[in-house]
Amino acid sequence: MLRRLHEEQPTSFSFTSENKAWADSQIKKYPAGREASAIIPLLWRAQEQEGWLTRPAIEYVADLLGMAYMRALEVATFYFMFHLKPVGNIAHIQVCGTLSCMLCGAEDLISVCKDKIAPNPHQLSEDGKFSWEEVECLGACSNAPMAQIGKDYFEDLTKESIGQIIDNLSAGRVPAPGPQDGRFASEPKNGLTSLMEHESGRTKFNGSVQMAEDLKDTIKRINGTETKLVTPWLKSSDRTTSQVKMKKPKTLKFPKKSVPEDLSKISGLGGKAKIALNSLGIYHVSQISNWETNEIYWVHSNLSGSLSLNKLKSFVEQAKKLQTNKDG
Amino acid sequence: MTDVKKIIIDNQEIEVESEMTLIQACELVGIEIPRFCYHERLSIAGNCRMCLVEVVGGPPKPTASCAMQVKDLRPGPEGQPPVVRTNSKMVKKAREGVMEFLLINHPLDCPICDQGGECDLQDQAMAFGVDFSRFKEPKRAVDDLDLGPLVSTNMTRCISCTRCVRFTSEVAGISQMGQTGRGEDAEITSYLNQTLDSNLQGNIIDLCPVGALTSKPYAFTARPWELSNTETIDVMDALGSNIRVDTKGREVMRILPRNHDGINEEWISDKTRFVWDGLRRQRLDKPYIRKDGKLVSADWNEALNFAAASLSGKNIMGLVGDLTSTESAYSLKKLVTKLGGVVECRTDGSKLPIDNRSGYVGNATIDDIDLADEIFLIGSNPRNEAPVLNARIRKAWSEGANVHLLGPKAELTYDYSYLGSDRSALRKLTTRGLKVGKGRSAVVILGVGALTDADGAAVLGHVMQLVSGTNCKLLVLHNAASRVGAMDVGANNAKGISDLINYDVIFNLGSDEMEIPNGPFVIYQGSHGDRGAHRADIILPAAAYTEESGIFVNTEGRPQMANRSGFAPGDARENWAILRALSQKMDVTLNFDTLGQLREALFIEHPHLKNIDLPLENEWRNEMMGELDKGDFAFAIKDYYLTNPIARASTLMSELSAQTKARKSSRIAAE
Repeated sequence: MLRRLHEEQPTSFSFTSENKAWADSQIKKYPAGREASAIIPLLWRAQEQEGWLTRPAIEYVADLLGMAYMRALEVATFYFMFHLKPVGNIAHIQVCGTLSCMLCGAEDLISVCKDKIAPNPHQLSEDGKFSWEEVECLGACSNAPMAQIGKDYFEDLTKESIGQIIDNLSAGRVPAPGPQDGRFASEPKNGLTSLMEHESGRTKFNGSVQMAEDLKDTIKRINGTETKLVTPWLKSSDRTTSQVKMKKPKTLKFPKKSVPEDLSKISGLGGKAKIALNSLGIYHVSQISNWETNEIYWVHSNLSGSLSLNKLKSFVEQAKKLQTNKDG
Repeated sequence: MTDVKKIIIDNQEIEVESEMTLIQACELVGIEIPRFCYHERLSIAGNCRMCLVEVVGGPPKPTASCAMQVKDLRPGPEGQPPVVRTNSKMVKKAREGVMEFLLINHPLDCPICDQGGECDLQDQAMAFGVDFSRFKEPKRAVDDLDLGPLVSTNMTRCISCTRCVRFTSEVAGISQMGQTGRGEDAEITSYLNQTLDSNLQGNIIDLCPVGALTSKPYAFTARPWELSNTETIDVMDALGSNIRVDTKGREVMRILPRNHDGINEEWISDKTRFVWDGLRRQRLDKPYIRKDGKLVSADWNEALNFAAASLSGKNIMGLVGDLTSTESAYSLKKLVTKLGGVVECRTDGSKLPIDNRSGYVGNATIDDIDLADEIFLIGSNPRNEAPVLNARIRKAWSEGANVHLLGPKAELTYDYSYLGSDRSALRKLTTRGLKVGKGRSAVVILGVGALTDADGAAVLGHVMQLVSGTNCKLLVLHNAASRVGAMDVGANNAKGISDLINYDVIFNLGSDEMEIPNGPFVIYQGSHGDRGAHRADIILPAAAYTEESGIFVNTEGRPQMANRSGFAPGDARENWAILRALSQKMDVTLNFDTLGQLREALFIEHPHLKNIDLPLENEWRNEMMGELDKGDFAFAIKDYYLTNPIARASTLMSELSAQTKARKSSRIAAE
């Protein structure tokens, strides 16, 4: 596919201040004089912000990295993941057309896209809301056929479900990503046959879907405020202040009745994490169950990122359950 | 010390430095490996795969010899030297395969391709390819680029070796070219179809191994086998680049570089390469005499008689122009001194010291730049004054040298630390010293633009003071090819050109860069109808630099012999012969009848000129420091493309000059 810059280009581009802070931190991953190494993530974030890569965006990123425009253009035209033409203002649908998906009906999905969106890939729908393309394997073969819409995977699709998803998106609703046939993740269609002990107590969605549901960033134009900026590769003094508002949750100087609760009731919360949480003044399940998102960020940040945001979120969900069990 | 390793190539055992690549090692034993993307003066890309060889005991696949170092080869099981084969079955099959792939998308348009006859792809397809193709599908076609008036493009022929991209970004120092897209859609482009902003761009024509980039002015005018080649020296700048002039009949069809590691490596500037259309236009092909204020054509006898009559018994000054060979300057000096006059070659008014070669040449060679850790540019913009030298400074810079500039700010294609623009900065630098660390070497490049003002001698004195007693060397960067040679034969006088007006007759030997005031009678001898001829009362038509043999001493003081590639048009004659004829008319006959005899006489007086291609080591003698004036330095060259009569006669050079101006003004408008 011959990839050239689009004929019509906006006049300017710049990162949102949060994206700029993120970009600066990415550049610091590389030694001085090697800033150009950050070209791909920066171009990618520029695309996430605007939907597609404009010429001003390419030049802006090149300027940020101190490289010649031509070098940045070379990268942008090399990778098909960079869209050099405008995409649908709601979503760009990338249908996987490689072997497993094709055998399981990717061609049907593409025909739906042709019907509902536009006859040709990379062509905008009449209302400008959607565009589609066929892409190579996205690595979700056990949930074939699938499509990537925005940042997330919609799996186990059928002609009907993809049509519905497009209709929903068009109407302003974002359906939950992940398997669309009721599966949790990529387990066998008829339910788990092994590792059954993990089936109970799990969150409503699998990890990546849960994250998408929490962040609500599936088809969002990314402006950098979605997640907290985490930069473990920087010395703490160099870290840019968080772009996400953090709030300190209620902590205790001493456990209630001087007896800390056994936090390991929460699955995945091991001994080390317990000591770490205790050191922050968190001793009880009830404390954890009350955390709000910005408080989770505070904990995450104060534990120097040793527990992932997702893990902390699953702690909160479990804590809530434990709490309701206890109360009810 | 580098580590030396034994290696066996096609049963020949050889010891090579372990950093060498296999392709270099093969060349040492005299085996030529076919290649397209590899070029010894550019970085290694390894993308054409034509140079595949077999490494015995290595992985069971051919290896790209341009990208494999000798030290990376494994020895045999008992420590035997590694074995490389370049003529095995595997290698033959690999080359045939690569060739077949390269030709898949290459059009079969050799009969209408300018590269035909000197095409690497043609030659190597003959030598290493197969006589069939299994490819039945449609070939690809690629849009052509507009790279300006010099380089014509036919990108369908491109085999994506990226030599042009590497040259422009590494040597020329511009970043407009690149390769976009991937796979079958990969194409060499310039950013947003910009034209190239470099005066070295013509070199990509030579580098292109196929016919994708060819010369626009030369297009469809000749085939390489119809041309006769003359190896000679360029006079467009004072570098003395080694060139090859290709002629068909009496016309110069093109100019190509020759390799000279000490001077131009294998690059030449665009002015050198494309000036030849100026050799056909505005030529003086008949003698002229001014009668009643109008120049009318005359024959030689008439003109010489008139010249002799106007010269005899008069107060004469001879001027030596920028493109004049050393022999002509010597002849003029002999003639004019016999007539009791003086000569002068510093027509730009520069205050180069008479008789102190370390002052007007310096003591550095161009080679020294490669090894320098610190490079100081004083009043010099080498990008315009000697583009090839600038590429050399850039090379040193990219290998870690620091460049410092004293003079107006300029875009030099590399970073420099700025020392200031005026005399006070030079004074400060002289007081401070160069501060080059122990064991480090430095070169000061002094542009003659800094020496043309009234305090030129003081500027030179300061710079020499700065350099003397340090491990730093001085290179005076001239911009006239004739200057050093003319200084060497003493074509100068103490007063310079300052009292020009006091002479009755000016004998102007090809000097077109200066205004001769009204008053003196002017005899102009030169090749082009330019400023000098317009002012003249008698015009004696002479040969241009491709039409006579002569010695030119370049800016580092290296005498080189230029050869004749054709005859001058019409009645024009070789410069020395005109002067010899005139001397006879005036009864002060010069003591030579042939160019050979002239050289004999010249070598007796100035023996160092005999050592063709050897720069003379100059005895260091400081000049007087003197008092510096105030004010900024200025560069010697205002318009790179229009520095001499031949370039001004060239339509192409005018076009380039206009393009450069337009580019500059649009950049200012954009800002």
